[in-house]
Amino acid sequence: MSSQRSSQSAHAYTPGLRISELYRFRKTRRLPIPGEVLVNKGDKVNYYDIVARTNLPGDIQIISAAAILGVEPEELPLYVKRKVGEPVKKGDVIASYRAFFGLLKSEVKSPVDGYIEHISEVTGQIIVREPPIPVELDAYIPGIVTEIIPNEGVVIDCASTFIEGIFGIGGERHGEILVAVDSPKDELTLDMVSPKWKGKLVVGGSYASAEVLKKAMEIGAAGVVVGGVDFKDIRDFLGYEIGVAITGREDIPMTLIITEGFGKIPMASRTFNLFKVNEGRLACFDGATQIRAGVIRPEIVIPRDDVDPLSLPLESEVYVGGMQPGTKVRVIRAPYFGQLAKVVNLPIELQLVETESPVRVVEIELQDGRRVIVPRANVELFEW
Amino acid sequence: MSVKVMKFDVEKMQVALATDVGSTTTKARLFKKVDGVWRFICAGEAPTTVEKPFEDVTMGLRNAITEVEELTGHKLLKSDGSGLIIPYQGNNVGVDLYVSTSSAGGGLQMMVAGVVKTMTAESAERAALGAGAIVMDVMAIDDGRPPHKKIERMRFLRPDMILLAGGTDGGTVKHVVEMAELIKAAEPKPRFGLGYKLPIVYAGNRDAREHIKKTLGEAFDLTIVENIRPVLEIEVVEPARDAIHRLFMEHVMAHAPGYHKLTEWVMVPVMPTPAGEGMMFRTIAKMWNINVLGVGLGGATTNVYSVYEGKFVRTVSANLGMSYSITNVLKEAGVANIMRWLPFEMDEREVRNRLANKMIRPTTLPQTLDDLLVEHAVAREAIRLGFEHHKLLARGLRGVQRKRTIADIFEQSMETETYINMMNIQLIGGTGGLLSHTPRRQQAALILIDAFQPKGVTRLMCDSIFMMPHLGVLSTVHPKAAMEIFERDCIVKLGTVIALDGHAKSPGPAVKVTAHMPDGRTVEKVVNYGDIDRIPLRDDETATVVIEPTGDFDVGMGPGKKREATVWGGAAGIVIDARGRPLRLPEDFRQRREALLKWFRALNAYPEIIMSKEKI
Repeated sequence: MSSQRSSQSAHAYTPGLRISELYRFRKTRRLPIPGEVLVNKGDKVNYYDIVARTNLPGDIQIISAAAILGVEPEELPLYVKRKVGEPVKKGDVIASYRAFFGLLKSEVKSPVDGYIEHISEVTGQIIVREPPIPVELDAYIPGIVTEIIPNEGVVIDCASTFIEGIFGIGGERHGEILVAVDSPKDELTLDMVSPKWKGKLVVGGSYASAEVLKKAMEIGAAGVVVGGVDFKDIRDFLGYEIGVAITGREDIPMTLIITEGFGKIPMASRTFNLFKVNEGRLACFDGATQIRAGVIRPEIVIPRDDVDPLSLPLESEVYVGGMQPGTKVRVIRAPYFGQLAKVVNLPIELQLVETESPVRVVEIELQDGRRVIVPRANVELFEW
Repeated sequence: MSVKVMKFDVEKMQVALATDVGSTTTKARLFKKVDGVWRFICAGEAPTTVEKPFEDVTMGLRNAITEVEELTGHKLLKSDGSGLIIPYQGNNVGVDLYVSTSSAGGGLQMMVAGVVKTMTAESAERAALGAGAIVMDVMAIDDGRPPHKKIERMRFLRPDMILLAGGTDGGTVKHVVEMAELIKAAEPKPRFGLGYKLPIVYAGNRDAREHIKKTLGEAFDLTIVENIRPVLEIEVVEPARDAIHRLFMEHVMAHAPGYHKLTEWVMVPVMPTPAGEGMMFRTIAKMWNINVLGVGLGGATTNVYSVYEGKFVRTVSANLGMSYSITNVLKEAGVANIMRWLPFEMDEREVRNRLANKMIRPTTLPQTLDDLLVEHAVAREAIRLGFEHHKLLARGLRGVQRKRTIADIFEQSMETETYINMMNIQLIGGTGGLLSHTPRRQQAALILIDAFQPKGVTRLMCDSIFMMPHLGVLSTVHPKAAMEIFERDCIVKLGTVIALDGHAKSPGPAVKVTAHMPDGRTVEKVVNYGDIDRIPLRDDETATVVIEPTGDFDVGMGPGKKREATVWGGAAGIVIDARGRPLRLPEDFRQRREALLKWFRALNAYPEIIMSKEKI
């Protein structure tokens, strides 16, 4: 070691993914636009209960009315038969023009059911809006309503075993946990796919190929969670390439969550064991991932109905410590990608790594006993 | 919230701190007046904490600033965590000025609307980009999408702000009002919640203002500024750009999660990072009276700047970057185009997995040389694609009537080609984490050469440790300090590239370069077609060169014509690039590997240890 000095705690570190046996999971359920909240603070809800609803504005139809009638835009109001706000049926005449004792006649008919939203004297357009589209929002997790956001939604707290993934595709789903492999190092293979997977959250070990994922989807699995997949297989599975990590809205009937990263990587034992002890229980899960602009990681929530969520501390009350000698970490970049380790030393001085870059480093001890130096940015805090 | 307006006595200032809250990393830079001259003192960096569980950018800021404190012994932060110690108290305690730029949380995301796609909509796009925004979509009456598709798109986008332009003053108001009616019908919602009205800047036909107020005034936070195209021949972007900057601070920063405390810490409004960067590239072009191309290669975006014959254009490729958007570079460029820059064989699956792993863990750094080369390969492709995009906007005003040269006939000009002629670019500059932090500066030089493919004689520079945005925002308060630091500590001269345009029909000598060195020596190099060679020249030295290309090649004076020039030195020295333009890489892997190794070795760009690896 070139440095004997060590900082008290490191500043450049990446917070790890949350893996927790008992966790107060808090979910904000928010309508896309203001609407009506249907539950009260303190209510107990199940995951399928509707907690809020609203009406999305209907689509609009723009009619170039002045042009159809052959009049100037500013003259349009003279020929309009309906008022702004008035309902119309498809085919109703909403404006008409007659000249030469009715020999010249033109009409504007409503193309849809709806109401007149706007009549413009500047552009000569009439805008008809279709009826509103009702939208209902479910609770997604069972729990207690702890906050009402007036006209917007609710906050629900749920006592749960909680596992955060690193990347996912597919949206919110529910299903019983089925562990399909014996060890976190095992791959999910084609011969393991079974009709029993239907409606389940299938837990694999280190890897699943595009073929396995496709077959799981055909069988009707609600979700698959594995340590890693090949990024290329995501394209083969979805039929298109993902450019930026904003996912969750894919049009697929199954959700995929990876817990470690891309490639063949055994699922962390602690994560795997949490699935194992909860086999057969309900999981609420979501593959939605967003890496920038307010990070969203995929989540697996296993509700614990034996615990009152209000008796658990909130996330903001849980101490997020820095890195110190002894802190458990996971390496998140080559050449030790995926390996678990303990911090040995945190030298302050920059050190050269193989690339010849001077970087802040951390000395770690891998599980096989080797002591190695890696950039501090390449480890994340991880309880194993 | 209101924007703080403070008065500063810049002459009395001794210490300044500038930060940039990037999408991946928060960077702090400490500046001090030393013997009457402003100098850069120290840098600190830490992961940005805009994300959960922190959702408070000041945590990352404190980490970055603490690193500066640890490395310098200069105390900057108040012990109660409420901000900086202001002003400087003497004895290495406190700062006189604290400023910041920001691109985290997605930066400033705008939707732009105009009437004619290639005229007012394009001008509005240039104005929004010049203000440092990411343009999510450009809507125009004639963009080929039916109204309901436009509305669907507007609803989906959730921009931070909309810029609406259209029509010349005194012209028809119909079309721009039509666009306003569409916006009203779509009711787009701001990105950060439902609690405030979406800001719209109107910079269109003056005569339509009353109609616009009537249509949009109630549902949106409407700001009206001067028309961006008062007449077809003129584009006035400044009023729109200023309004965008003001609204960025007042609305976007005030509502973005985790930003509230930062707006209280700073002493002048937070500026979008690209606006700070752009300000410095313009300063270089003005200071030396040259045409400049610049690139800010970030984690999420690639910004390309050009100052060409006085015209400043910035473009941002929102989804081309080195971390968050790295897999989008893969998608846009294709895996083969990335792998063509690697001198070793690597399984395509492995390349894709490595890039995807960088995307999901964007703050990690390459530790191994093969990982570094993969990132440098992506950097070349991101800049290449970003520059392609830039050329689409760096073109003359369209819709302007021009006189034909052969007859007295008027025609609608179709300015489809960029006005940027690479032969007339005197300087290419790079900034952003990757370019500023290449372990050997020659790597940055080669990345810029391969990506931009300069022609003729072009100087190369990069930002020493990524501080151009910091100096840009500093210059709004203390321009003298910003310039002093820029010249002494920010610019890193990489060298000068002499590049041949054209290709030869057969191998053999392509150019002779005679350099008259500062120590009186004369160095002569004959470089073969397909090769790179260099003449070492220090960064504080200049030399005069005589370039004599063969008949197949042009260096700015015409095919086979001799050219003389003064060049500056740097880490790469005088680089003679006889590979020809456009650059062609051999299709066959073995031949390509040989060529790449030859070029890398010519610049001593990478350690030999990686050159011997044929397969990873």
